[in-house]
Amino acid sequence: MTTVTDGAVRATVDADRALSRFSPRLDGDFPGWFTDFRQAGFDWAMEHGFPTRKDEDWKYTRLEAIGEVPFVPAAPGIDHRLLSTTIDERVGDLGGPRLVFVNGHFASECSRRAALPNGTTVTSLASALAVGGEQLRWLSRRTPRPYRHAFSALNAAVAEDGALIRVPAGTIIDEPIELAFFSHTGGIPLVSSPRSVILAGPDSAVTIVETHAGTHGDLYWSNGVVEVVLDEGACVEHYTVQDEAETAFHLALMDVRQAQGSRFRSHSVALGSSIARHEVHVSLEGEGSEVDLEGLYLPRGDQQHDNPILIEHMAPGCTSRQLYKGIVDGGAHGVFNGHIIVRPGAFGTDASQTNKNLLLSDHAEVDTRPRLEIFADDVQCTHGAAVGRLDEDALFYLRSRGIPEQEARGVLTYAFAREMVTRSPSAVVRARMEHLIADRLTTGANEPVMDSRLTSEIRSVKGGRSK
Amino acid sequence: MLRIENLHASIGDNQILRGVDLELKAGEVHAIMGPNGSGKSTLAQVLAGSEAYDVTGQVRYEGRDLFALSPEARAAAGVFLAFQHPMEIPGVGNLYFLRTALNSVRKERGLHELSAMDFLALCREKMKLVEMDQSFMGRSVNEGFSGGEKKRNEILQMAILEPKLAILDETDSGLDIDALRVVANGVNALRSPDRAMLVITHHQRLLDYVVPDRVHVMAEGRIVSSGDKELAVALEEHGYAGVGAEVQASRRSAVGVAP
Ligand SMILES: Nc1ncnc2c1ncn2[C@@H]1O[C@H](COP(=O)(O)OP(=O)(O)OP(=O)(O)O)[C@@H](O)[C@H]1O
Ligand SMILES: [Mg+2]
Repeated sequence: MTTVTDGAVRATVDADRALSRFSPRLDGDFPGWFTDFRQAGFDWAMEHGFPTRKDEDWKYTRLEAIGEVPFVPAAPGIDHRLLSTTIDERVGDLGGPRLVFVNGHFASECSRRAALPNGTTVTSLASALAVGGEQLRWLSRRTPRPYRHAFSALNAAVAEDGALIRVPAGTIIDEPIELAFFSHTGGIPLVSSPRSVILAGPDSAVTIVETHAGTHGDLYWSNGVVEVVLDEGACVEHYTVQDEAETAFHLALMDVRQAQGSRFRSHSVALGSSIARHEVHVSLEGEGSEVDLEGLYLPRGDQQHDNPILIEHMAPGCTSRQLYKGIVDGGAHGVFNGHIIVRPGAFGTDASQTNKNLLLSDHAEVDTRPRLEIFADDVQCTHGAAVGRLDEDALFYLRSRGIPEQEARGVLTYAFAREMVTRSPSAVVRARMEHLIADRLTTGANEPVMDSRLTSEIRSVKGGRSK
Repeated sequence: MLRIENLHASIGDNQILRGVDLELKAGEVHAIMGPNGSGKSTLAQVLAGSEAYDVTGQVRYEGRDLFALSPEARAAAGVFLAFQHPMEIPGVGNLYFLRTALNSVRKERGLHELSAMDFLALCREKMKLVEMDQSFMGRSVNEGFSGGEKKRNEILQMAILEPKLAILDETDSGLDIDALRVVANGVNALRSPDRAMLVITHHQRLLDYVVPDRVHVMAEGRIVSSGDKELAVALEEHGYAGVGAEVQASRRSAVGVAP
């Protein structure tokens, strides 16, 4: 049995050891600029170290649990016992263009090409680097952001693959492009580090559907980064379904930069993982750009779903809207940590932020922290947060009409969540989301079987978490 | 059909019902009148199975102990309450709600569940009865409905669920003349020798359409006076104090007038 009293100390010791496992592989066939990029990520992580609970942004994340596991970066190549039907079952298939990644590496045999408008790139980063690595040097110039934290730096340090999507100016792609990230460890605790880049050219439009899943019971850590760059007038519709194994760790960063008049909308649903952190950072760099983030998190059992959001208004007349809803069951923990910064000069900003939570059990826990920092004039910002339980009067109303209590609870819970899916503009994606959510909210909290020794160790550490 | 004996209900220190006795036979319609805050809705809620109150006393429904049944079991056994303030339930479609309710009740009653098509046909027929427009089916339960529309929706639910014991809590309040007639029609359509109804109202007007067998006056948590339908007429004319109800007229100034 592991004790947790010295957790903080141990975490730092482990951290150094853990970091060394992320030193960039040098045997890959990468262009020089990419090797430099990786090395820079590694150096940054070594210098800054892992965040701790003392960091404001990491206050709630149960990082210690991750530090306990000797994760190793996943190498390319698929375990041949893994069937593509398993992947299809867990991540779904919308029937259109689809890139599948297993442990962060492109799996062409599971992917599907589709006819796309001229000049459109939908490929894997690794294959693009292999074919024309030097020509992709612009990638490092297009995305030179300071790292948010060691995890995004480590993603860069071991980055080898991910999706590369480039939509040329004025091109409109109707069919959603699917990115499926599947993890399957074969017993070794793996960390996958897909790094994806989505570039939407001026006045282009594209819909991206990201799904994250893995083999039930596997212990893995998915540490992905997605960079989205919207040129002037571009319109990107983005979906994330986080349906990882409930034994897994999921730390994701979506980094979005928007030019003038661009529009980004994101809809996320979090179902899986032991600990999941879905971080979104949006910079509204160009005048009149708009961002709309919607997220639904449904932790149960002892899952933790954390949603750190940072929206920076950097130019005049931009609009941002956040609507996050949590339905927290069992002894689970939901976190909304939304931060809006209005930079000097961003006058005419219109920002709103709403977080609503429904607690389904007495042990469920929610932390909600909407934060505003305003350094400009003529700014309109609203924020609100609510934590509540099912409305007993509504429950009685349904029951008095003959609807059994359990079913009535399910109906009301689903009604709370439904608003989040009905607004999605894509009908196929909406149907899938509705199905996933209805499925979760009607099956109840049946915990998956956990069998690995490592997992039980982690459990004991998490069990010691003081409440 | 329904026998209430020495029923008490309270919330915390607040004694709301203080010994209600009432008997309702199959085929009968009883009206309950009484000043605001006298406990009429509390009685209705307790009969429908609200868990908000601490309750003592006995209620037998068709020979069974009503308090042994959950709200949903009461609905299946034929108890229906038209709420004074019907709940708005955003995100739950009205049509879905009605079908789920009917099928839950049918299942408990040993009947087969209705398909979506069959239910739609039934629903159309009942909506004609309450003169309700199709468009209400596509909306969330009572969300944004006007006061009168909510009341019609209650009567629609009653018409669909076909209860044996219908309790109407001020279903006539806030209705225009046409709506009042619609509600009365809905109630009368359901009247039969094996059904009973408890109609809570502030207005004698409804009782012109739905003629009661008995009228009770409730005050401060008790039935303080009972009589035939003439009692309702007398109440309208003289107020509660005038008919000997133990009510302080000064405290209950709104008596007998629409709330
Ligand atoms: N849930 C509750 N919590 C606190 N007090 C309550 C509750 N329900 C009822 N009461 C109180 O009990 C008393 C009776 O209320 P009730 O709603 O039964 O009156 P009523 O006779 O239906 O009045 P009205 O004619 O205005 O509808 C009131 O004083 C009311 O404030
Ligand atoms: Mg009342």
